[in-house]
Amino acid sequence: MSIFIDKNTKVVVQGLTGREGQFHALRNRDYGTQVVAGTRPGKGGEEIQGIPIFNTVEEAINATGANTAMTFVPPAFAKDAVLEAAIAGCNLIVCITEGIPAKDEAEMYDILKNTTNAMLLGPNCPGLISPGKSNVGIMPHEITKEGNVGVVSRSGTLTYQAVHELTKLNIGQSTCIGIGGDPVPGMSFIDVLDAFEKDEQTNAIVMIGEIGGSAEEEAAEFIKNNISKPVISYIAGVTAPPGKKMGHAGAIVSGNKGTAKAKIEALTEAGVKVVKNPTQIGKAIEDVI
Amino acid sequence: MNLFEYQGKKLYKQYDIPTPTSIFIRSQSELANQESLLFPVVVKAQVQVGGRGKAGGIKLVSSHDELKTAVNEILGMDIKGHRVESLLIEEASTIIKEYYISFTLDRSVKKYLMLLSAKGGMDIEEVAEKNPEDLIKIYISPSEGLTEETIINAIKDANLDPEFTNEIKNIILKLYNLFVAGDCDLVEVNPLAITNNGVLALDSKITLDMNAEYRHEEFNEFEADIPIPDSEAFAKSKGLNFIKLDGSVGIIGNGAGLVMSTLDVVSEHGGKAANFLDIGGGAKAETVTAALEVLESDSNVKSVLINIFGGITRCDLVAEGIVEATKGKFLKWPIIVRLDGTNSKEGLKILSQFKNEKIIISESMDEAAKLAVKESQ
Repeated sequence: MSIFIDKNTKVVVQGLTGREGQFHALRNRDYGTQVVAGTRPGKGGEEIQGIPIFNTVEEAINATGANTAMTFVPPAFAKDAVLEAAIAGCNLIVCITEGIPAKDEAEMYDILKNTTNAMLLGPNCPGLISPGKSNVGIMPHEITKEGNVGVVSRSGTLTYQAVHELTKLNIGQSTCIGIGGDPVPGMSFIDVLDAFEKDEQTNAIVMIGEIGGSAEEEAAEFIKNNISKPVISYIAGVTAPPGKKMGHAGAIVSGNKGTAKAKIEALTEAGVKVVKNPTQIGKAIEDVI
Repeated sequence: MNLFEYQGKKLYKQYDIPTPTSIFIRSQSELANQESLLFPVVVKAQVQVGGRGKAGGIKLVSSHDELKTAVNEILGMDIKGHRVESLLIEEASTIIKEYYISFTLDRSVKKYLMLLSAKGGMDIEEVAEKNPEDLIKIYISPSEGLTEETIINAIKDANLDPEFTNEIKNIILKLYNLFVAGDCDLVEVNPLAITNNGVLALDSKITLDMNAEYRHEEFNEFEADIPIPDSEAFAKSKGLNFIKLDGSVGIIGNGAGLVMSTLDVVSEHGGKAANFLDIGGGAKAETVTAALEVLESDSNVKSVLINIFGGITRCDLVAEGIVEATKGKFLKWPIIVRLDGTNSKEGLKILSQFKNEKIIISESMDEAAKLAVKESQ
């Protein structure tokens, strides 16, 4: 078992005809992911390296049985694309697009939650990979290895760093998930932690957080009450000067809220081992499994 | 992006939110245009820092002569390290009551949050802490919006003056419209005052969501008026996310999380980062070239650490950018490069074929940071 995706996942790529969409969709397919369709309004009937293009997600689902959408469309159209995929019946939508206005994200999340059963990962996330089974997103699969550690992170590139540290020590992963650093992410740490707790393949969890917001504090509370598997964590931004917005819309420090210190304390108190440097993640996991 | 008060008030006017009649000046000579203002007026320093009143940055004056003196005093004044470059001069009103209202996004609830209080004009965080019952919190579903009924109930619950319920309700609707349609991360009015001239938004704290810049022409104008260091302006024009810091290890990385983490690891090894520089996802060779150009302009930099973990970013393109930026040039400092992830083999091959002794390839983030710190000392 892995969480959210496996060998049966069939992906429709929204924005397959763009530079990034095409590059990563083909990499996903080469890895073994069933990339069954792409969409681009007005380009229905064409194909890209054997992947058929449809005008709408609904048409793509009817023709190919796709159950998961991966979205690369530009920020201005991302909200509509995600909602289209959900209404058409995709049960998982992985939104890679970066730079979506917060209002669009908030509205999109609200509508998804109130009117559909679709799960949204992202936006502004690297997607997820269940090594040996399926890769939906932009994570470099070369650094992964099939195994029993679940990895969840708010930051894309730090997810890779963590996975890399594990693989270097020959420790494999069940599923690696980047939830994205935007103000209104679809899936939260808690959703993913809950799924890892229930997943038989997963026997330890790595959680990577960063400054800003309160997602890590909420996750700490959840871990204390609901997670029996060992959790190792790393929080980025210990030395970030307060008040500076360092890239991610999520990474803003204001006042005492959302500081690395507050997050590390909350996690430590919940029984999580927090390492000081991402290169220590592998060793820390080795110690608990 | 945080707006100055005068910029926020421009938005108020655009969204029909009542605010005092005012003029905006950058120099004494522009005072000539203010014949229309009725005395008394308030002269307000335009700085993005709290406590400007206590620092002498706000003055009430009742004649032309007093106005000239006040303008002379406040323009150029230093308020907590911020130089006063401009002034907002507003017609003064007699304040009868001061309220607080704001709109933000509550990330943990994933809804909009309206805060309303009869205790305006003071530090609202103190009110929240000491008298939480005086701060009314209304969560708003982003897809359903804010209804008049909800606002009227909130006004009642906050114990605002019932005589002004209708007037305040209309202002709140307009502020909500500014928050949503104007793509603001924060709209805060403290105080929203009942005055002898009616209900007025006397102050303005607005933060814009720059992801929405593509649908707001006015964002560009505001941005052009907010001073940032030259190096940050150059970086921005090249699509880089750059913040200047005061150490000596120049940092270039991809992804905010990894760059922040690189800062932390450099600090752990006893060094200090000269900057935060995120080349973003999917960077091309010219992005990397521009990033190195940005660091060249900082004389504090003694070594450069390039930490890339390719995902959507391809390491071969990063390597090409490094080669392009350094080809045939004298390098002031060593560049320690760490490449992993998408196309890292190809990237490392490009760098090793380039054979520049100042470009040092390191196999891990930790080693690279250690080396960069050593070279910076």
